[in-house]
Amino acid sequence: MSGKSVLKRIDWLSVLFYVLLLTIGWVNIYSSTFSESDSSIFDFSTLHGKQLFFILTSFASIVILLALEANFYERFSSVLYIISMVLLLGLFAFGKTIAGATSWYDLGFFNLQPSELAKVATALALAKYLSDIQTDIKRNKDQLYAFLIILIPAILIIPQPDPGSALVFFSLSFVIFREGLPIYYLGIAFFAILIFVTTLMFGTIWITIGIALILILFFLLKKKKFKVPVIPTTIAVVLTILFSLSVDFVFNNVFEQRHRDRFSLWLRLEKDPAKLEQIRKTIGYNTYQSEKAIESGGFWGKGFLEGTRTKGDFVPEQHTDYIFSTVGEEWGFLGTATVVLLFTFLLLRLVYLSERQKTGFARMYGYGVISILLVHYFINIGMVIGVLPTIGIPLPFFSYGGSGLLFFTALLFIFLKLDANRLKEGI
Amino acid sequence: MKKLLLSSIIVIIGITFLGRLSYLQIFSFSPDQVLEDPAIKRVYDYPERGYIYDRNGKLLVGNDPAYDVMVIPREVRELDTLEFCSLLGIDKAKFKKELHKARVYSPRLPSVFVPQLSKEDYARLQEKMRHYRGFYIQKRSLRYYDTKSAANVLGYISEVNDRDLAKNPYYVQGELTGRTGVEKQYEDILRGRKGVQYIQKDRYNRDIGKYKGGIMDTLPEQGLEINITIDKTLQEYGELLMNGKRGGIVALEPSSGEILAMISGPTYDPSLLVGRERSKNYSKLHYDSISKPLFDRSILAEGSPGSPFKTLNALVALQEGVITPNTTVQCYNGFYVGRKKRGCHCGGGLRKLNDGIYKSCNAYFAATFRKIYDKFETTDDGMDVWEKHMKSFGLGQYLGYDLPTGKKGRIPSKEYYDKWYGDNRWSSSYIISNSIGQGEVAATPIQLANMTAAIANRGHYFTPHILKKVDGKDISIPDFVEPKHTTIDKKHFEPVIQGMADVYEKGTARWLQIPDVKIAGKTGTVENYTKIDSVRVQLTDHSVFVAFAPVEDPKIAIAVYIENGYYGSRYAGHIASLMIEKYIKGEITRKDLEKRMLEKTLEKEYAKPYSGKEFKINEYVW
Repeated sequence: MSGKSVLKRIDWLSVLFYVLLLTIGWVNIYSSTFSESDSSIFDFSTLHGKQLFFILTSFASIVILLALEANFYERFSSVLYIISMVLLLGLFAFGKTIAGATSWYDLGFFNLQPSELAKVATALALAKYLSDIQTDIKRNKDQLYAFLIILIPAILIIPQPDPGSALVFFSLSFVIFREGLPIYYLGIAFFAILIFVTTLMFGTIWITIGIALILILFFLLKKKKFKVPVIPTTIAVVLTILFSLSVDFVFNNVFEQRHRDRFSLWLRLEKDPAKLEQIRKTIGYNTYQSEKAIESGGFWGKGFLEGTRTKGDFVPEQHTDYIFSTVGEEWGFLGTATVVLLFTFLLLRLVYLSERQKTGFARMYGYGVISILLVHYFINIGMVIGVLPTIGIPLPFFSYGGSGLLFFTALLFIFLKLDANRLKEGI
Repeated sequence: MKKLLLSSIIVIIGITFLGRLSYLQIFSFSPDQVLEDPAIKRVYDYPERGYIYDRNGKLLVGNDPAYDVMVIPREVRELDTLEFCSLLGIDKAKFKKELHKARVYSPRLPSVFVPQLSKEDYARLQEKMRHYRGFYIQKRSLRYYDTKSAANVLGYISEVNDRDLAKNPYYVQGELTGRTGVEKQYEDILRGRKGVQYIQKDRYNRDIGKYKGGIMDTLPEQGLEINITIDKTLQEYGELLMNGKRGGIVALEPSSGEILAMISGPTYDPSLLVGRERSKNYSKLHYDSISKPLFDRSILAEGSPGSPFKTLNALVALQEGVITPNTTVQCYNGFYVGRKKRGCHCGGGLRKLNDGIYKSCNAYFAATFRKIYDKFETTDDGMDVWEKHMKSFGLGQYLGYDLPTGKKGRIPSKEYYDKWYGDNRWSSSYIISNSIGQGEVAATPIQLANMTAAIANRGHYFTPHILKKVDGKDISIPDFVEPKHTTIDKKHFEPVIQGMADVYEKGTARWLQIPDVKIAGKTGTVENYTKIDSVRVQLTDHSVFVAFAPVEDPKIAIAVYIENGYYGSRYAGHIASLMIEKYIKGEITRKDLEKRMLEKTLEKEYAKPYSGKEFKINEYVW
């Protein structure tokens, strides 16, 4: 198979979204790290210069990724998975600590973050396991194995500590759901989150009253013939209330103050202006500054290199996790809406591509890619605009960082390669 | 269903984000004003405050540079503390204490380390300062007073308060503004306009360059110097004469309305309200509730004008045609109000207008006052006419001078008496005290001076004012240049002025003549009362005097009001006479008179009501 034919069959729409995001991202990194003394955009001593180098490296790697045989990825996914797990383990001994997290290997010219590699590897391994003929996702044992594939890297990553990345692995459970895991698993999880949040906001008493009201309403409106399963309903209600009580207990006794502060910031639980001000200066500083920067951009934005808060470095880590606030300040709602739409279109396009795959492996890997990208995008922007609690996680294709960009590129283009090859499979 | 799940999640997330972003960027967006943006620091360049000179170009208020040693704690590096301390003239304990204080305030922002170095210390330190990182010298400008007088005129400056900030967006915390007097009135002229530089800073408050390349920056505009109408020599001399006396003096130039002197006693040295001791001194002055040095008696003290007011009643009567200069009134050492006799000190006999004035006959003016009212069918009509005439002399209303405070005084109207006695339940005999300047009329010293100027001008006055020149150029404010005409015809003034001149020639002030200067004046002796433990107690009379000179070509019109100075020619008359001589001749020929005024004080008189004992009033002792 020649490279030329790959270029003909590759999904250029996805490539376009990818390139657009990369370009917008780099422009904003340039603005965030720009200083008057910078001479050239190719100055590799500056952060935006380095990022440009990473972008070029990523383009080079795309050539290699597309040139490899499509079935290479399926075949070597287990090996890749094992290698990445070993690398994650190795961090405990040889890891380099940056900003409090032991997540990197120091390769001299480059810091390698193995958790990024593990994301690709896990997505591949999960797809391979689930697409295996002997795997039946309806079996509890197979469900357990599938979850283990996800859990192992997550568990290895949590103590780094890097809860954000760990969360990414959990998101891969979408793939399992897509492949037949009963949907009520998801329903229960969603319900638990709902109870958790509402308990924090309103308290157990109101939860109980709410449930009682719903039950009364239900009894009033139900058809006469319908028989209520009394025992399971009672158990469910009791469990819910117990869970709600335990949330209270855990929040007040197990969580540390900084965790509580994050939640109270997120759910706007704190009403006392003095304490709110305190939170804004400490735990909520980043979120507050980033919200303010975005707000100050207005509809049209302040213009490229004109963001005063960006120039003044008011938002910490603005070129990495908080890059989206630069978009907000300098490009306004026009810019932020464009980025959100680009991500939405790219993800929807990938859903479409996954669904048209002929092989289970390619489809499941596609879902893995979507899950990983989606959870990054969701948590990162949600955090920057203040609708989610602070969890440090980069914005794909956008945030400054070499390994991140490289592996996000790999993640995407392995799938695009599989997609380009879908008609050849099974011949 | 499952196929759609992920797509719907993606779409829902997108919609949520767009919703939140539009909330942030469209609905709660407030244009990030430069003023509110924490990333932009404004650095001000303050122009020097304008100097204040007197009418003859003598300096009254200038500026003195003051040098503060400032510190930015986080920039401080290892230094030779011993040498540094000896340079600054402080000990090591103080060094540590101040540095700690500054660090507690803010490690990144400058604090004052040692305030107000002397010029010598500054010269010594200046070149060595660069060896001490984190320390620098900031120049400030303090008001410097080239006189110990005129505090009430000049006013003072102090830091803006919350009210000033709310009222005028020009100011920011820590800036200075004129608080009273000329400093307040002409704040905008004296202050100039500060220049602003917008500096882009980072979250550590470090400067990282000019905001937008400095296109919004402005240069400071210099404050302008002004000349005020005060005659420094006369003002200072008047304050010397006021030694130990309470009251107000206002001297005007009748031909222009310019205020030559405006004295309030007791007063204070204006330099007390500058510099490090400012707030201590201020509270001391503020809480002196007995002699009230911050109360400007020259424009705020409303009191009965006393006998000088007779001249106006005479003018009104002449204008209304109810008397001629030859109309006679018999004085029986007093006059009757109903059955009650009111006294007179003129000696009794047949009085005409001329000796009615110079002997200050109460009976003559009581009769004259009645005649004004008898001309009209009702007292109400008479009252209206009388009130109109009086107000045309600037009484009973704000004069419109250019100082930030003032009082209206009072010319009672029929409404006033209707309210007091009930509708139409009063007649001219109820209000007869006004005929001799007692009763309900009240005026401030500046109003009395203005009234005198109107007489001196034979029928018009110019609004008194304090501003003479701005930036060396004469001002031309229409309100100050146009004459205000009284309602009395010019011809009626001569007989009254003759009477006033005779006050000096043969009347109540005959021993206060100035050689070679012809003066016209009128004495006043004002009965007054206070309450001691809610009992009405009479105090020694206020001594009042108005005068102008020379009679034919008036250069100065003056009103002197000395609290509890006994009869008119005693303190007020002396002071008026000396002030006129000082202004017209430039020197005092009657040294004994001067010596008496410089030495005599009324402290004993003022102590009487507070002594807790019975006391005599109107004691004839020098």
